[in-house]
Amino acid sequence: MTVPLLSVDGISKRFSGLQAVDGVSFTVPPGAIVGLIGPNGAGKTTIFNLIAGVFRPDAGTIRLDGGDITGLRPDLACGAGIGRTFQVVRPFGALTALDNVMVGAFKRTASPATARRAALQILERVGLADKANAVAASLTLPDRKRLETARALATSPKLLLLDEVMAGLRPVEIDVMVRVFADLSRETGLAILLTEHVMRAVMVLSQHIVVVHHGQKICEGPPEAVARDDKVIACYFGAARARS
Amino acid sequence: MLSQITLNQAALTYINIIVAGLLTGCVYGFMALGLSVIFGVIRIVNFAHGEMMVLAMYAVLLLNQKFGLDPFVVMPAVVVAMFLAGYALQRGLINRYIARPEHELFLMLLAIAIMLTSGMLMVFGPDARNIQLDYAYDSYEVGGVLVDKVRVLAALGAVSGAAMLWGFFRFTRTGKAIRACADNQMGAQVVGLDVKRLYAITFGIGTACVGAAGALLLLLVDVQPYIAADYTLLAFIIVIVGGLGSMPGALIAGLLVGVSEALAGFIILPSLKSMFSFALLIIVLLVRPQGLLGRRT
Amino acid sequence: MTRFAGLSRRAAVALVVSVTVLLVLPLFAGGYMVSVLVVMLFSAYLGQAWNIMMGFAGQLSLGHALYVGLGAYVSAGLFVHYGLPPWIGMLAGMAIAGLAGTVIAALSFRFGVTGTYFALLTIAFAEFTRLAFNHFDWVGSSSGLFLPVATLANDDVLRLRGSPAMFYYILLALTLAALALSRMLLRWRIGFYWQAIREDQAAAQALGIDVFRYKIAAVALSAVMTAIAGTLFAFYDNNLYPDTAFGISRSIDIITAPIIGGLGTLIGPILGAVVLTALSETMTNVSASLGINGLKQFIYGAALLVIVMLQPAGLWPWLRSALRLDEGKT
Repeated sequence: MTVPLLSVDGISKRFSGLQAVDGVSFTVPPGAIVGLIGPNGAGKTTIFNLIAGVFRPDAGTIRLDGGDITGLRPDLACGAGIGRTFQVVRPFGALTALDNVMVGAFKRTASPATARRAALQILERVGLADKANAVAASLTLPDRKRLETARALATSPKLLLLDEVMAGLRPVEIDVMVRVFADLSRETGLAILLTEHVMRAVMVLSQHIVVVHHGQKICEGPPEAVARDDKVIACYFGAARARS
Repeated sequence: MLSQITLNQAALTYINIIVAGLLTGCVYGFMALGLSVIFGVIRIVNFAHGEMMVLAMYAVLLLNQKFGLDPFVVMPAVVVAMFLAGYALQRGLINRYIARPEHELFLMLLAIAIMLTSGMLMVFGPDARNIQLDYAYDSYEVGGVLVDKVRVLAALGAVSGAAMLWGFFRFTRTGKAIRACADNQMGAQVVGLDVKRLYAITFGIGTACVGAAGALLLLLVDVQPYIAADYTLLAFIIVIVGGLGSMPGALIAGLLVGVSEALAGFIILPSLKSMFSFALLIIVLLVRPQGLLGRRT
Repeated sequence: MTRFAGLSRRAAVALVVSVTVLLVLPLFAGGYMVSVLVVMLFSAYLGQAWNIMMGFAGQLSLGHALYVGLGAYVSAGLFVHYGLPPWIGMLAGMAIAGLAGTVIAALSFRFGVTGTYFALLTIAFAEFTRLAFNHFDWVGSSSGLFLPVATLANDDVLRLRGSPAMFYYILLALTLAALALSRMLLRWRIGFYWQAIREDQAAAQALGIDVFRYKIAAVALSAVMTAIAGTLFAFYDNNLYPDTAFGISRSIDIITAPIIGGLGTLIGPILGAVVLTALSETMTNVSASLGINGLKQFIYGAALLVIVMLQPAGLWPWLRSALRLDEGKT
C-alpha cells in the first residue's frame, strides 16, 4: 500500500451556524487524479480552501507527502507543494500571460532568466505559447483558465487543486483541457484533485472519485461505481437531468 | 474652606469645558454624518467634504452680510442648493469613477477640492471672517455653568438635523431604498431600484448635510478658505472612530472628539488638541477598524 | 532588432539625448530657471519613490510627507547641534524613516488595515508627527529650524552648501539612479511579486508570495528613498517648519506628479513632474501678471481634473503609444 500524497483526515469547518464541512476524510495517491464532486453547496470549495490554507479547519488534519500542512497560510501551503486555481479566475490583469506565469515560476527560482524559461515551457504545454505577450486582461475565458492553470503549475506543485476549471467552457474546449491534464499527470507524475460539475470531464479524467453532500462524504470509489451508487444518484437526480 | 471653594471652582471650570465640548461635538458629529452616509452607501470617500462645507459657510455668510438674514433662516435654501449641487456632481461626474481604481476617484475629488478652495480664495480673499450676530455674546447660566447661546443653538440645530436624517432613512420610501442599496447593491438592482438615482440622492443628502453643518459651525468659528482640509480630516476621524456607515456612531464619536479636544486644549496646549484626535484615529484603526458602532465589511 | 541594455533603439536614443540635454542645461539656463528645474527634479525623484510603493505594489500612502520630514529634520538637527556632516545625517534620516515606514506598515497589515483605511492611517501618522514636531524644542518647534547659510563662493558637495546648480546635479544623479533602480526592481522577482500583490493579493498568496513581508518591503524602500530627498530639501532651503515639512500639502504634491504622469510606469513620475512643474510655473507667471490671488491653484486644479478625466492611466501611456515607443514596457 503506497503512502498517499495527500491525506485528509476528519476535517470540519463551521461558518457561524452552517457546518460547511463535517468530518471528511479521503486520500490522493501519488500521481493520481481524484475527482471531488457533489451538488452545489456541498462543501467542495470549502474543502479546497481548507487544503490550500485559506481557512483553518476546526478539526482534523491534512498531510501532504508526509508533512503536516493543516492550517498553513496559503503561501506556505504553496511552498509545501500545493498549487491551486480559483473558481472565478483571478489573472494579474495588467501583466502579460508570460509575466503571470513567471510570478508562479519565481517560487522555485530567484533568477528572472530561469523563471522566464520555465514559464515559456509551461505556456507551451497548456497551449498558450502564442499568447505569451498578450496582456492577461485581454484573454478570453478559456485562455484565462489555461493561464490560471499554467501559473499554478509554474510553482512546481506536488498536488494541483483545480476548482471547477471547466465551468463556462464549450465541449470542444473541455476536451482540450482534459487532454492537457491527462498528459500532464502521466508525463510529470503530478497529482490532481479536481472539483467539477462538468461530469464528462470528471468521469474521464479521474481514477477515483469522492462524493460529498451537505459537507459529508457520502461515497467514494472508481468513476463507474460511483455513477451507479444509489446515494449519489439521489443527491444528483435533479441536477443530472439538466446536464447534457 | 478655601480649598473647598477652589475645588468647586476647578470642577466648575471642567464642567464648563466639557459642556462646551459636548455642544461643539454635536455639530462635529452632524458634520461628519454626511461623510458617513456617503461612504456607508456608495462606498466612496469624499475628499472634498470640508471644501463643500466651507462653500456653504461662505454662502450663509454672504446672505447674512448682504441681506441681514440669520443663518437659521437661510439654512433651508442653502441646504436645498447644496443637495442639488451634490446630486448633479455625483450623477454627472463621480458616478463614472465608482468602479475605477481608488486613486483615480481620490485625485478627481482632490482636484475639485483644490478648485473649490482656490475659487473661494479668489472670491473672498484669504482673511478670516466671522458672522456678526446680535446674540453672539449671549449666554445662559444653568446651576453655575455658563453656556454660550450660539453653542446651544448650534447643537440643537445639529441634533434636529440628525434626527430628521434618521427619520428620512427610517420612514420614507426613498430612505429605505437607499438603505437597501447600501446593504446589497446587486439585490437592490434586482428588485428594480434605480441605483444610479439613489446614489445621486445619497450624495446630495451628504452634501446638504455638510452644508447645514457648515451653517451651524459658522456660529462657532471663523471662516477662511484654508480651514477646509482640517475639517475634512476631522470628519474622517469622527467617521472612522464612530464606524463608517453608522449614523449614531458618527454622533457619538463627534461628541467624543468635541469633548477630548476641549479638554486637551485646556489641560495640555490648544495647539496639541488635534494631536489627541489623530492618536485616537491611529488607535481605532489598529484596534477596531470598524469603529465603535460600525459593521465589519 | 538590436537592444541596448534591454531598450529598443528609439528608446535608447531618446534616453541618451535627454540625459545629455539635462547635463548641459544649467550652463545655458538662468538662475531662476535652474531653481525651477531643481523643484522639478525633487518632484520627479519623490514621485519615483512613491511610485514604487503605490505604482508597483499598490499600497496607497497619502502621508508620505512623514518621511520627507524625518529625513529633513534628523539630518538638519544633527548638523545644527553636533555639526554632523549632512551625508552622514542623511543615513541616520534614512534609517529612522525606514523604521517608521516599517512600523506603520507592519502594524497596519498585521491588523488587516488595507486600502483606503491604510491610506487614512498614513495621513494620521503624518499629521500626528507634524503636531508633535511643532512642540519639539530640539528642532525649534513651530518657529522652525534654521541652517547657517553658506557664504562660500564655491560649491561644497560634502557639506551640501552650494549653488542651486550643485543641487541640480545631485538631484539629477539621484533621479537617474532611482530610474535605474526602478527598472531593475521590475525585472527582478521582487518587482513581479509586488505587481502580483497589486493586481490580486489572494492570487499572489496562492502562488507562494509572503504578501505581508513584500508589502512592508515596498513601504520601507519608499520611505528610505523619500528621506534622502528630505535631507536635500533641508540643506537646499536652509529652513524647516513642521507644517511645511510634514504637511498634507506636501503629501499631496508628492503624489500628483506620478499619478498624472502614469502610475506604475518608469517614465510616468518623471513626465508628470515635468508637466506639473511647467504648468505651475506658467500659472504663477500668469496669475502674477493678472494679480488674482488663488487663480494659479484654480487653474492647476482644473488641469488636474481634465487630465484625470481624459487620461486616467496617466500621460505617459498615452504619449508612449503616440510616439510608438511601445516595444519593451517602460
